[in-house]
Amino acid sequence: MSKNILVIAEAKEGELRNVSFEAIALGKTLSEGGEVVATICGEGDLNSMAEELINYGADRAVTVANAELKTYTPEGFTQAYKAVIDQESPDGIVMGHTSIGKDVTPKLASQLETGLISDVTEVEEGDDGFVFTRPIYSGKAFEKKVVTEGVTFVTIRPNNIAALEKDDSRSGDVSSLDVDVQNIRTIIKEVIRKTSEGVDLSEAKVIVAGGRAVKGPEGFEPLQELADELGGAVGASRAACDAGYCDYSLQIGQTGKVVTPDLYIACGISGAIQHLAGMSNSKVIVAINKDPESNIFSIADYGLVGDIFEIVPKLTEEIRNMKVNA
Amino acid sequence: MNIYVLLKRTFDTEEKISISNGKIEDEGAEYIINPYDEYAVEEAINLKDAHGGEVTVVTVGDEEAEKQLRTALAMGADKSVLINTEDDLEEGDQYTTVRILEAYFKENEPDIILAGNVAIDEASGQVGPRLAERLDIPFVTTITDISIDGETVNIERDVEGDVEKVETTLPLLVTCQQGLNEPRYPSLPGIMKAKKKPLEEIEIDDLDLEEDDVEAKTKTLEIFLPPEKQAGKIIEGEPDEQVKELVSLLKNESKVL
Ligand SMILES: Cc1cc2nc3c(=O)[nH]c(=O)nc-3n(C[C@H](O)[C@H](O)[C@H](O)COP(=O)(O)OP(=O)(O)OC[C@H]3O[C@@H](n4cnc5c(N)ncnc54)[C@H](O)[C@@H]3O)c2cc1C
Ligand SMILES: Cc1cc2nc3c(=O)[nH]c(=O)nc-3n(C[C@H](O)[C@H](O)[C@H](O)COP(=O)(O)OP(=O)(O)OC[C@H]3O[C@@H](n4cnc5c(N)ncnc54)[C@H](O)[C@@H]3O)c2cc1C
Repeated sequence: MSKNILVIAEAKEGELRNVSFEAIALGKTLSEGGEVVATICGEGDLNSMAEELINYGADRAVTVANAELKTYTPEGFTQAYKAVIDQESPDGIVMGHTSIGKDVTPKLASQLETGLISDVTEVEEGDDGFVFTRPIYSGKAFEKKVVTEGVTFVTIRPNNIAALEKDDSRSGDVSSLDVDVQNIRTIIKEVIRKTSEGVDLSEAKVIVAGGRAVKGPEGFEPLQELADELGGAVGASRAACDAGYCDYSLQIGQTGKVVTPDLYIACGISGAIQHLAGMSNSKVIVAINKDPESNIFSIADYGLVGDIFEIVPKLTEEIRNMKVNA
Repeated sequence: MNIYVLLKRTFDTEEKISISNGKIEDEGAEYIINPYDEYAVEEAINLKDAHGGEVTVVTVGDEEAEKQLRTALAMGADKSVLINTEDDLEEGDQYTTVRILEAYFKENEPDIILAGNVAIDEASGQVGPRLAERLDIPFVTTITDISIDGETVNIERDVEGDVEKVETTLPLLVTCQQGLNEPRYPSLPGIMKAKKKPLEEIEIDDLDLEEDDVEAKTKTLEIFLPPEKQAGKIIEGEPDEQVKELVSLLKNESKVL
């Protein structure tokens, strides 16, 4: 039976996040031939983003523009999304498990009195509807969950469900909805941006991560060169952030970003469970560590016992050579 | 100030995990206070020291959670409440837990509720924001700093590494992120005192709730371990050889280059 699915899209610094396109792909699956409506809220003209959502597979898009929606607040965005939900009465709702997704979806689900399956990495069809897989116990186990009553509301982990191919010829209706945003009880006074420009870690295909072993901010330079060569991004362990070698925006793990790149290269990281929780789902893991007993080797596909300062520059060189010869 | 902490007893995920009869094996497993809830207990005690009042720690669970509640009391909380669902409810999800907490808080008057940002076992991160919505109070997640002046609350929160400064008012719910504080260890006198502190136990019947009100909206069909990963390949040799072999494997075997 076909269903109507609402995808809640999200933009960062004026760009739609890739996970929103992935959410559309999941929405398509869940709709079983029904309609996928994407919504985006914010300030100013949202039409080009709406068009892009349609290019990525949405059938229609609904925009909610309001000066109060310039930055995320739980109340502001909940009011916007709730208005769209009231208008569309979807059978299912999909959003990314991003910092905004984690914040707003429980509030929405609570308001709608529905369940919510968070941080989904896979979906399959079961006997009684769709079955969602999600990592639990810091990534050491997985559970399969179903919705037993009400709307199917899920958030998805970035980089796990493939987005559909962009199709610029796709078109669909874009409508706007006026929402009277009011009673915002948490006021954002200031945002101190630490996030470096460039590739969004949670969406990067290749990540080169440094741990305490990088020994200083300069120690990240060879890692950055390797990442650049691979078209990827640099990440870090908590210890490297705490020591001031890099910014917390690079932190990967339970308290940092959760990433699922195709290739993760851990350089001088011991492999504490809180770090693994953020990266153990990566498709291929390479570990470089001078301690052969280090726990990181237990989850690595390829392990190199050795000194990062020696190996990383050579690796960059070798990849550069490979590209030249190709 | 009426300060409340939401505390979950969790499996220590640093330990080995195995599954028996479709469930996580808890024979011999280590259980701890969810680490993010330790930050909440610590901050609650600091807020009490600064503003006066009382710290009450609340858990939805079964008798086994008494140990973690005693630890929170030993850290310096004043009272603890175990909402014991063991005899009344078989199944539950985040919706269930929050309806129970909602019923409890409707009979109390919290000025501030501190929760963890996420529980390390089921890790949905839903309980805090869901509860705030039910109680119709504002919430701020993943906080790394908080100061209260009268009714006004100033908070710093971690947003994927960026720092967001937020102003809001009491009553309020916050969820605690690593970096907020360094939780204290219970002291020996603290442990002695904790034995005499109140640990109240209540059941669903004691709350204004019908069983239908708390029926879960989702259900777990299966829990499984990730497929046993083939032992990784350790690449030996001199750095030059190691690097050559790695690049060749990444290119030809795993095809990521
Ligand atoms: C509640 C909580 C949440 C946490 N959240 C996170 C999180 O989100 N992310 C996170 O990463 N951590 C987190 N942690 C911290 C975590 O427990 C570890 O302390 C941290 O991950 C360790 O970082 P590290 O591996 O860089 O450092 P270490 O554990 O010190 O490891 C350094 C490694 O580098 C190797 N090494 C040293 N020199 C060299 C060299 N020249 N060449 C090669 N190898 C070398 C050593 O053999 C060692 O294995 C959290 C902890 C708690 C309690
Ligand atoms: C009767 C009943 C039966 C249940 N049966 C199952 C089951 O069979 N399988 C299963 O996996 N889960 C079961 N649950 C638990 C439920 O599914 C969730 O685990 C729980 O509601 C917390 O969700 P979470 O771990 O995602 O916490 P998160 O939302 O990630 O936790 C965030 C924060 O909320 C607070 N918090 C979370 N849980 C509690 C709690 N219980 N008490 C106090 N504060 C809390 C803590 O501060 C925590 O840091 C049951 C719950 C109930 C009430």
